[in-house]
Amino acid sequence: MIIDPLVFFVAAALFLFFMFISMVRLGLGPTTGDRIVALDTVNTLVVAGMIVLAAAFDEVVFVDVAIIYALLSFVGTLYVARYLEGGL
Amino acid sequence: MSVLVYVLIAIGLLFNALGSFALIRFPDVYTRLHGATKATTFGSIFTTAAVIAYGFARGDAAHQTLAIHAIVALIALLITNPTGAHAIARAAYRSGVKPKRAVVDKLEERS
Repeated sequence: MIIDPLVFFVAAALFLFFMFISMVRLGLGPTTGDRIVALDTVNTLVVAGMIVLAAAFDEVVFVDVAIIYALLSFVGTLYVARYLEGGL
Repeated sequence: MSVLVYVLIAIGLLFNALGSFALIRFPDVYTRLHGATKATTFGSIFTTAAVIAYGFARGDAAHQTLAIHAIVALIALLITNPTGAHAIARAAYRSGVKPKRAVVDKLEERS
């Protein structure tokens, strides 16, 4: 059973491409809500890309960084959403 | 087993592509949230499942550690992502953004 690690590198490169597509909406979104949605999408893609890169490089540390990144970006999203509601 | 990894990666990349293109194509905040958040969460589940299958398929101790840590990362992603999307939707509604081409607002009538 041979799995080429190249498939994980290709997946990570495509994740980077999707991040750039989402950053277009981050730049020109008309309202603040659009920008938060784009930032949340970029965060999800970063976490998924880090997990894929962990399999590509055979490094378990990348997955731990991805877990911490997911939790911290969740806190950041909640903070900005709370600010947008006007409760802060 | 390697075919399983390739298929899971392909499904995950397809749904992530659909999510990020939905962010460009859809007209207002709520439809963008609908497209982007759900599709990228679903695609990330599949790419992480590919990494888990890869870790268990290789079999030795280091790769099993990789698979178990990926399961923990998947649980964190599954808990945080829909909660964040709900918070964004509520914040967008309360900040006064209306859906495009909407004619009635039932939530406004209830409160």
